[in-house]
Amino acid sequence: MPGITIPALLGQLLLGLINGSFYALLSLGLAIIFGLLNVINFAHGALYMLGAFVGWALLHYLGLGYWWALIIAPLVVGALGMVLERTMLRRLYRLDPLYNLLLTFGIALIIQGLFQTKFGSSGEPYAIPELLRGVKDLGFMVLPIYRGWVTVVSLVICLATWFVIERTKLGSYLRAATENPALVQAFGINVPRMVMMTYGVGVALAAFAGVLAAPIYRVSPGMGAETIIVVFAVVVIGGMGSIMGSIVTGFALGLVEALTKVFYPPASSTVVFAVMALVLLVRPAGLFGKAP
Amino acid sequence: MKRWGPDATVFAVIIGALLLAPLVVYPVLVMKAMCLALFACAFNLLIGYLGLLSFGHAMFLGGAGYAAAHAAKVWGLPPELAILVATAFAAALGVVVGWLAIRRQGIYFAMITLGLAQLFYFVCLQSKLTHGEDGIQGVPRGHLFGLIDLGSTTAMYGFVLVVFVLGFTLIYRVIHSPFGAVLTAIRENEPRAISLGYNTDHYKLIAFVISAALAGTAGATKALVFQLAALTDVHWSMSGEVVLMTLIGGLGRFSGPVVGAFVIIAIEKLFGESGGKIVVAQGVVFVACVLLFRQGIVDAIRNPRALLRVLRLLRLLS
Repeated sequence: MPGITIPALLGQLLLGLINGSFYALLSLGLAIIFGLLNVINFAHGALYMLGAFVGWALLHYLGLGYWWALIIAPLVVGALGMVLERTMLRRLYRLDPLYNLLLTFGIALIIQGLFQTKFGSSGEPYAIPELLRGVKDLGFMVLPIYRGWVTVVSLVICLATWFVIERTKLGSYLRAATENPALVQAFGINVPRMVMMTYGVGVALAAFAGVLAAPIYRVSPGMGAETIIVVFAVVVIGGMGSIMGSIVTGFALGLVEALTKVFYPPASSTVVFAVMALVLLVRPAGLFGKAP
Repeated sequence: MKRWGPDATVFAVIIGALLLAPLVVYPVLVMKAMCLALFACAFNLLIGYLGLLSFGHAMFLGGAGYAAAHAAKVWGLPPELAILVATAFAAALGVVVGWLAIRRQGIYFAMITLGLAQLFYFVCLQSKLTHGEDGIQGVPRGHLFGLIDLGSTTAMYGFVLVVFVLGFTLIYRVIHSPFGAVLTAIRENEPRAISLGYNTDHYKLIAFVISAALAGTAGATKALVFQLAALTDVHWSMSGEVVLMTLIGGLGRFSGPVVGAFVIIAIEKLFGESGGKIVVAQGVVFVACVLLFRQGIVDAIRNPRALLRVLRLLRLLS
């Protein structure tokens, strides 16, 4: 294609990796929650937005910067998630999972609406922390440091989560409870508490992604809703069978989106959904999913 | 076989109320409610009788709205043909979407329909035919069968009422037919329906297309009422709204969505049509319906204390 230079292409791919980082972090959280709770957490996008706003509020009202936000926002949102699980989601486990989908959709509307009333739709800016400002010349391209940081830290968190679930004792409890909660409970493990913690960790990941996203996009009430619909498509494409699957699919679709932006910009907002349709035709269970 | 069940009584009451409504309420508001009610009844055919939650039904409502507006304004078709064209368009869209979506069930079905609707939304946002953010404005209502000028509110009201009753009756016939019985069987126990020799995918697809087509009829009529086809009708929040209407009326209750549509319109009146407040109010009603009133309005009436608490919370928010 004429008119596309290598640095521009690499720049777009980097942006794609960043979007992919958010898709991966969010779909990872969705997959963990779904595995144990059998709930598709529609509030995930709203909690991602909430994470970004907690980060903004910490800076704006308390003067606590980015690094504090990266720790405090996931803790606050994770705690809120555990309260939501204990007071609301738990009551519906015996019913059709669709009820919990509708419940979390309602919760998402409440959170989003409250912030829309308070902050309007345009949102607030959030500055890049001093340490991560500026660019680095890699020779073949110019790398904005913050963007490099987001990609690396997301990857690390994703892999760490994968490691905890697939390779540690705690993770083995989790996987066992996913397979057969009654049996695990019989072995003396407090499954309801584990379910609560899992929901908390899942939404904490979303809040973490929200803080990472804050300096790149404006912190706005609508940022979660649009993202979560794409992430749902990512989940359908990957299938929720494997943790690694959702990480790989998330990053890959970020890149696909970026390449589309380079070669055919008008389709960049729709390409993920088109891929979803294609995957449904070829492999209805998703790329990494088990056959239904 | 019972010919006049409670459904028929409710049906008669609804029609009676709708005939009298314009005397006390702004007619355009009732027309909007009727369009949304038909939309919700079409949606309820899937969730209530087949157990499939579509989270993308706005694409049929809004898509048909665009089709009708285009047919009436650009092609100059009379209103009845514009609505037919739009209904056919929604049905065709339903074939494609349904064919893809019925490959998965439960929450996946919901996510797939949501994703495809978002795809459709972006197409509408970018297409020249839909005029993007502006929408198709100044759609002529035209003359029904070349005779009746729908420019008059009374004529339009009568027309919308007829469309609504026809659509409602059609859904009633579908549900109370052998076809409808198979749908219920699939909802209750799909493997068993398969073992009895029914091609369940085939039935699901037909039901999906009927639902999409009628949602389209509703959207086309709505576009003619407001003389406008715009992005709000294809947005995901509209898909959420129709779920809410059905939930308020009670899932699987035949006349429920009609009640739900009117409740939603009332909430919109109280909280304004846009902005954060209406979103919060809808969220609160969602949560209240799921946690407290799972049978919808019927449960709410049975448990007036809880209802009062929810209403107080809503008043606090307004």
